[in-house]
Amino acid sequence: MKSEILKRLSSYLTPYRAGLVTATLAALLQVIFTLILPVLIGDAIDCMTQSSVDFSRLITLLWQMGGCILLSSGLQWWMNIQVRKISMQASQDIRQQAFDQMNRVPISVIDQTPHGDFVSRMVNDADAVAEGLFQGLTQLLPGVATILGVLVIMFRLNWFIALVVVLVTPLSILFARFIARRTRDLFRAQAEAQGALSSYVNEMIGGQDLIKVFGRQQTCLADFEKMNQTLRRASHWAVFYSAVVNPGTRFVNNVVYACVGVFGSLAALQGGLSVGTLASFLSYANQYTKPFNDVTSVLTQLQSALASAQRLFWMIDLPSEPEDPENALSLPTCQGAVRLDSVCFSYQKGVPFLQNLSLSVQPGQKVAIVGPTGCGKTTLINLLMRFYDVDSGVIFVDDIPIRRIKRSQLRSMFGMVLQESWLKHGTIRENVAYGNPTATAEQVEQAAKASHAHGFIQQLPQGYDTVISAGGSNLSAGQKQLLCIARIMLTRPQMLILDEATSNIDTRTEMLVQSAFEKLMEGRTSFVVAHRLSTIQSADIILVMEKGQVVEQGTHTELLAKGGFYSRLYHSQFVRPDSKPAG
Amino acid sequence: MKLLWKNCKGYYPQLILGPIFKLMEAIFELMVPLLMANIIDIGLKQQNRDYVIQQGWLLFVLAVLGIVTSLICQYFASVAAFGFGASLRKQVFSHILDLSSKETDAVGTSGLITRITNDVNLAQNGVNMFIRLATRVPFLLIGSIVMAFQIHAGVALVFLVTTPLIMASLYWIMKRTLPDYIRIQQKQDELGALAGETMTGARVIRAFSHQKQEQRQFATAAQKLTDITVAAGRWSGALNPITYLIANLGIMVILWAGAKLTNQGILLSGDVFALVNYLNQSLLALITMANLIVQFTRAISSMRRLEQLLDTPSSIQSGSQPVPAQGTASPLLALSHLGFSYTKDRPVLQDLNLTVPKGQTIGIIGGTGCGKSTLAKLLVRFYDATEGEILFAGTDLRQLSLPEVRKQIGYVPQNVNLFSGTIRSNLTLARPDATDDELWEALRIAQAEEFVLQKPLALDTPVEEGGKNFSGGQRQRLTIARALVGRPSLLILDDSSSALDYATDAALRHSLRTALAGTTVILISQRAATLQQADQIMVLDGGKMAGLGTHKELLDQCPVYQEICLSQKLISTLPTHAKEVQV
Repeated sequence: MKSEILKRLSSYLTPYRAGLVTATLAALLQVIFTLILPVLIGDAIDCMTQSSVDFSRLITLLWQMGGCILLSSGLQWWMNIQVRKISMQASQDIRQQAFDQMNRVPISVIDQTPHGDFVSRMVNDADAVAEGLFQGLTQLLPGVATILGVLVIMFRLNWFIALVVVLVTPLSILFARFIARRTRDLFRAQAEAQGALSSYVNEMIGGQDLIKVFGRQQTCLADFEKMNQTLRRASHWAVFYSAVVNPGTRFVNNVVYACVGVFGSLAALQGGLSVGTLASFLSYANQYTKPFNDVTSVLTQLQSALASAQRLFWMIDLPSEPEDPENALSLPTCQGAVRLDSVCFSYQKGVPFLQNLSLSVQPGQKVAIVGPTGCGKTTLINLLMRFYDVDSGVIFVDDIPIRRIKRSQLRSMFGMVLQESWLKHGTIRENVAYGNPTATAEQVEQAAKASHAHGFIQQLPQGYDTVISAGGSNLSAGQKQLLCIARIMLTRPQMLILDEATSNIDTRTEMLVQSAFEKLMEGRTSFVVAHRLSTIQSADIILVMEKGQVVEQGTHTELLAKGGFYSRLYHSQFVRPDSKPAG
Repeated sequence: MKLLWKNCKGYYPQLILGPIFKLMEAIFELMVPLLMANIIDIGLKQQNRDYVIQQGWLLFVLAVLGIVTSLICQYFASVAAFGFGASLRKQVFSHILDLSSKETDAVGTSGLITRITNDVNLAQNGVNMFIRLATRVPFLLIGSIVMAFQIHAGVALVFLVTTPLIMASLYWIMKRTLPDYIRIQQKQDELGALAGETMTGARVIRAFSHQKQEQRQFATAAQKLTDITVAAGRWSGALNPITYLIANLGIMVILWAGAKLTNQGILLSGDVFALVNYLNQSLLALITMANLIVQFTRAISSMRRLEQLLDTPSSIQSGSQPVPAQGTASPLLALSHLGFSYTKDRPVLQDLNLTVPKGQTIGIIGGTGCGKSTLAKLLVRFYDATEGEILFAGTDLRQLSLPEVRKQIGYVPQNVNLFSGTIRSNLTLARPDATDDELWEALRIAQAEEFVLQKPLALDTPVEEGGKNFSGGQRQRLTIARALVGRPSLLILDDSSSALDYATDAALRHSLRTALAGTTVILISQRAATLQQADQIMVLDGGKMAGLGTHKELLDQCPVYQEICLSQKLISTLPTHAKEVQV
């Protein structure tokens, strides 16, 4: 499993093969130069142990040292930059694939994915992959090379002392392993305690008005303190245990140092070792243990990078929306006739929702869909736009089953204004021209005028070039809706899907929105999820839905005369109890 | 800093002893190169085997002492740091609960959460690192320099060159890369926002078949992030090579000078070796110190932010008078020349006058931003009036005991909020001792009985954070029931039926009227139909009272009200005589 992810991850590095090979060569050279340096220093010190210093040899050594230092630091820098480029680019390739796939998956997948989770994959996981690759490539290979190189050099200098180093050093790795295993559980406990406390604080601060109204500050504080103490204990032990690692490895290093010092000196006493060699040995002993620690920490980082890569691969592997069939139709014109023939649909297998829905709409007719929340109004929109596909039955547009029409073309035949106005982070102009990016400034302005948005746009500081902040927080809900209408005005589709907003629009804007809607609907087949009486009254067909079923269908007068569900709805909402209903 | 001392109470011994133990470890560590030099210069020169072994044991003893002292320090550090953190966190949370909306608005919910999580964590890490490293690192740095000077002042001058050089390059690189990291963070946020936008706008994007453009835009933004990261990496990647270069050039100088001095018999080769060691040690200390400084700066700025928050007093203070018993004769509530503004010179409410007899239902209507919700917030004292006064049972609201007043008021805010827990735990917020019968009664009045009964666990049905597992309409009804459980004498409903369907809204209004005959109700809404039966309706327009009276009276006399009713199709034309009045 893990090796599979690793294999897949490395396949993203293959395009950068050439860069990787040169970076690897640079890394190896750098390791060699770094390792030669202590030998040179040792030799230099040996020059001083004789009664008179061998200056000519010392100067040669110093020149060699200088070269080593320069080359080593230069190569390290160069490799660092190369690897950074490669790892960022590779992780970007993965991220882009995942993002692209998200634009291809069926809408149902998007409806089921928490948005925050997706964002976090795009940002944090991609970042973790880049960092993991970077650390892995810059540390792992040089680390292993250093260990091997030091081993070779030490055994060549003095096999006995080398053996001592080799035997003692693993102690520190075993120790770090032991602690790491211990701390993993402790850190998990800490993360859980922190998570619990954070979500509690989040909730309580979000609802602090209520806490005050209900006078619950003391209880709230007591609950908080319980979690706070749990967090304190968990953090204390987790951090203490992990803080043992450094002194522990330092201890092992010191023991290695002492061993090398003593055994080396004893060997020197017997004439088997020069003082300079002893000095080189001592610095190798230090250099030998460091990469072990580095490699261990890189391995943990690689693990988390692999986990992140897996989360991105999971997205890349999501199935796409089924492709259009080869013979998919591309209609030159659209009349706007819509027919539903015993359509059935369910979101969950085994829980039927829409059942046997049939409906026939002539070009230019206006259909108002009415009913309580959750009755299936938005589902109808999903099916018309093919965000979801019907389970059985057929939807026709101009007597052609919509499954046979190219999906993109079908969608372009509809203009859609949803209850939640979605605008992009960008200028007003870009947003109005979203469906037709080649539109001229006049066309954009005309669309805005037709949808009554021109007035408020002009009052904005930069007019049409005002940047809408993410989520459109600098516009009111009504203004956002006007812009969404303008967006449709510019594309002039033959059919419309409108979802009227229920509340939170002030009276004046509301009137503008309504009149813009009416202008938009002229001569177009429209499906309106309706909340306003005027919309409902003027509809050619009112579709009364309840629990996924069309319970009534007809015009306003027909349905009132029928005295069914619609007439009850009508009377409870729109008519004063003490007055007689109109007509 | 006063924060530090106050919250470290009880941890003074750890705070003082911790660094002392750490200092001891550093001293032991500093002695190692010295002992090694002795072994080389005395043991090897005099061929004294016993001396070598004796000094070797001493090295080992130093290692043991080192780990013992440092473990003690680490333990003390985590005890003190997390004790400090918990105490600080509690203080901050308790203070936040005390603050009024005026102060919390200024910081914002996410700001408050950041304070209590990130800032407290950074501050406690600061304490932890302080105990663990603040003495060790400077001591090692200064210690190695002092030791070097003891060996030979002339050669040790090298230290006075390398140390500032390394410091300067560390400083320069950090300064150079810091703005890059801020820009990286910004680009990451941008990318995250783009990704989030694609999720929320998936339907619109597909409706316009805009997937390709979205992918291109994302790719461009991601490429920018990649470029900036690579550019920043160019400098941060230079950190290691540059310090390595400087330190080793220093070593070359030491070797050259050392060779001259040993040639003159002033220095021994062991001394040169020790000098080289000390230079390496000072380099390590410098790098740790750079990281430490970064951490401390962050901890200190976190502490400053916390101090600022804690120094902000709550502007709402409870009065001392008990709430007087309410006779039926005197009005329960009265507004007298009430005015309010969030910021100076921008009044939100102006000169409101209203008398509310006990048991009446008052409707408040107006467009978005007219000040309706602000009025409700003044009544529960989330804010205090900036002009005029609110009289509750004949007494200025500010002089009454706040918990007592709030007990009398049932407040249903516009943004429905349920706490995680169960339906029961949410309903009993106002009165923990309410019986199940009373809860069911409240649910019945709030039209919530039916759907709660349908849940298998009834009152024990779990509620997720914010009530996410209930529909908007269900949440609204639960919050109404919650307010009713407290048996308020004044019930404030702020746009609390906006998510209800027509029939339920009507049923709710009916049951409130009949079941709460003695309760004074303030009903805030944008929908005129909801308020029709109120005893008095106050019409707000831009924070000023535009009319006060019954539905009929207002229809006759109040143009703003007429406009509202007209736009909501509550009436089809203006009453003829009203037009005359207008002129």
